[in-house]
Amino acid sequence: MKVRAQMGMVMNLDKCIGCHTCSVTCKNVWTNRRGTEYVWFNNVETKPGRGYPVDYEDQAKWKGGWELDRRGKLKLKAGGPLRKLASIFYNPDLPELDAYYDPWTYDYDKLISSPASDQQPVARPKSQVTGDSLDLNWGPNWEDDLAGSAEHAVHDPNFRNIQEEVRQGFEETFMVYLPRICEHCVNPACVASCPSGAMYKREEDGIVLVDQEACRSWRFCVSGCPYKKVYFNWNTGKAEKCNFCFPRIEAGMPTVCSETCVGRLRHLGVVLIDTDRVEAAASVADDKDLLDAQLDLMLDPDDPEVREQALRDGIPADWLDAASNSPVYAMAKKWRIALPLHPEYRTLPMVWYVPPLSPIESVGAELIRDGGDEENIFAAIDQMRIPIGYLASILAAGDPEPVRLSLERLVAMRRYMRDVNLGNEVRPSIATEAGMEPHELEEMFRMVAIGDYDDRYVIPRRHGEVSPDAFTAQGSCGIDFANGAPVPGVGAMTGVDAPDPYGGALASASSGEVTERGALAQEAPDPEFDIRDLLVKRHPAETAGEGDHA
Amino acid sequence: MIALATSTLSVAAYSILPYVALSIGIGGLIWRRKTDRFGWTARSTELLENKVLRFASVLFHLGVLAAIGGHVLGILIPQSFTEAVGLSDEAYHVLAVVGGITAGAAVVIGFAALMYRRIKFPRVRVTTTRMDVVTFVVLGVAIASGMLATLINIPDSVHYRESVAPYFRQIFVLNPDPELMEGVNWIFQFHVTFVWFLYALWPFSRLIHAFTVPVGYPLRSPIVYRPRKAGRPQTGKFGGGSPDYSPSIPAVTKATPEGSGGPDQGS
Repeated sequence: MKVRAQMGMVMNLDKCIGCHTCSVTCKNVWTNRRGTEYVWFNNVETKPGRGYPVDYEDQAKWKGGWELDRRGKLKLKAGGPLRKLASIFYNPDLPELDAYYDPWTYDYDKLISSPASDQQPVARPKSQVTGDSLDLNWGPNWEDDLAGSAEHAVHDPNFRNIQEEVRQGFEETFMVYLPRICEHCVNPACVASCPSGAMYKREEDGIVLVDQEACRSWRFCVSGCPYKKVYFNWNTGKAEKCNFCFPRIEAGMPTVCSETCVGRLRHLGVVLIDTDRVEAAASVADDKDLLDAQLDLMLDPDDPEVREQALRDGIPADWLDAASNSPVYAMAKKWRIALPLHPEYRTLPMVWYVPPLSPIESVGAELIRDGGDEENIFAAIDQMRIPIGYLASILAAGDPEPVRLSLERLVAMRRYMRDVNLGNEVRPSIATEAGMEPHELEEMFRMVAIGDYDDRYVIPRRHGEVSPDAFTAQGSCGIDFANGAPVPGVGAMTGVDAPDPYGGALASASSGEVTERGALAQEAPDPEFDIRDLLVKRHPAETAGEGDHA
Repeated sequence: MIALATSTLSVAAYSILPYVALSIGIGGLIWRRKTDRFGWTARSTELLENKVLRFASVLFHLGVLAAIGGHVLGILIPQSFTEAVGLSDEAYHVLAVVGGITAGAAVVIGFAALMYRRIKFPRVRVTTTRMDVVTFVVLGVAIASGMLATLINIPDSVHYRESVAPYFRQIFVLNPDPELMEGVNWIFQFHVTFVWFLYALWPFSRLIHAFTVPVGYPLRSPIVYRPRKAGRPQTGKFGGGSPDYSPSIPAVTKATPEGSGGPDQGS
């Protein structure tokens, strides 16, 4: 046994309203730079749908993730190191920019600078890569809320292996929001695909990062990741990816996407992984056994033997306490309501999803509201509007059982707590039928339904006292190369000198320089202006007093 | 030693220029390695265009590798050696010409296609720096003159194995002899002189990526764990390890709260 701590996340899809706040806040923090305009470390997809990039789940096409060879040995689906070195001059599995989308902005300047004319001025979309005008026919969330589903959703690869037809009738359509970030896998295919060894897992928390100074632009991480969550910055020529907001995590704060989540559906915590058994777990013969194999890797943090070994392996005691209170361990392993995204890719992903409940089509609403017919519950779950088979093809390698178990427990929790909250006679049988104890359902209720901040986020802080070289590591996450600013030394020669679609307005706006043109033009600040005047009606005496001090 | 009969120009081009260029090239490599690892990259544009790249890049790079191999064989292996192993001069020349033209054609076609791609596709064009343009011009002239030299020498009139090749070997043993170059065909003279500029340019251009061949990749463990403190390798292939693994973060146990101090221990 070799114990390592691993950060993980659970997203409760039952609560996701598809507002994209996570995506927008993430984008504003990490990827609003030249070269990453098309990059969304966090995105929210409507399923059924083709996703971002298009059809990323179709591994027959993209060859991401791992597979077993004829002898049952784990290998990268796109081929091992020798195969990669042989195709180093052209990666046959790399998506082109159009598979994501050509990022654009609008020519807002035209709206105010056009000369008088009979026609209204129009702000045309301009590519943020080339500055050329675009005819938009694909973009981020083009298929949001099933838009154009007759055209797009029918191509969803998740329908391939299940009996379900794509339901297009108005009465029977269904959809699920699927927020996605990097999975920070225990067996990451991107890391194994990197010829330079630039991609790595952090020993202390398992976060997967790209060493910007070691990346050599070989691109195999991008194609190797089956979730397509490693991106290529075309300006710097380097791979970039979700870094789990590690500067925040190190300070005990949740990731930006979690912190800003309107539905409070994200949970963060530490799990203990037995890394001696990772290869074996990822190599089980049947795809459907991968979930159990992965859960088996997650060690019980309350087991004294595990604790002892963890301390010996250098995991601090406060991290073990955090592992004991981990929402990820509770939801994934204790209660088994959270499931990994596409376990069949054999990457042992560490972002988990609670499947969503959905209206029951024919049984009616009595199930939860009136306590339901005991006999009918399991049948009813199979008639939920979102087909279990569809959820299973996303979250359980096509095995409906783990999804059914999760949904049963979510229903049981609601039925049980309804009695508690209404002062009815509490029925422990509801819990036992779902294979749980009544107190477990109540704990689950606190986590899933109430979800206090401190229950959702159990993040132990980094031990700064034993790793004093954080200062020398600064800049290694790559954002100091914002907007393609030249790096010291030769970077000035290699930095891309491309036309800026913003016409330099952004750069001058941020430097405080006054510019004459464009919507971003700034005026010199009014020295009298005090932002507090906008917020509250201030007493004249108060402002007069300030004048004296100034 | 430099013969007195050689002209000043000849000395400059054949005796001084090589060492200046090599000094700049090697010094530049060291400097770049020390100051700009971030810029040390292939700067791929495959994301932006992949249909032309598919054949052009492969053709160009394989052609270049073959051409470099041919240069190394032609320059480093003396005529006496090939004769000793029973390869006649005529047979050697046929091999050299056929190999050279094949590799050269791949390089020329690949390079032309890559240049076409860079100009034709706006997405690729915007990633082109001024340094790239300089590099492409120098590389293009080097390729064109090399290809021309190969074609001119089809009748085996230059006898470069008795002139150009010994000249290079003399450079490497720090005893340049410009006279060896003086009698050869002008295109050989031009090519030999011109490529020194390419070598001097190398470390400051995108060509730097040629020095990043990931030879260690097949030997590396598939999953890489990095400790906070550098210098201690992981043990197992997939991140596992032996029980005697020594931790980088000392265990902070509850029994000894004063153990390692530090203000930010609590969770």
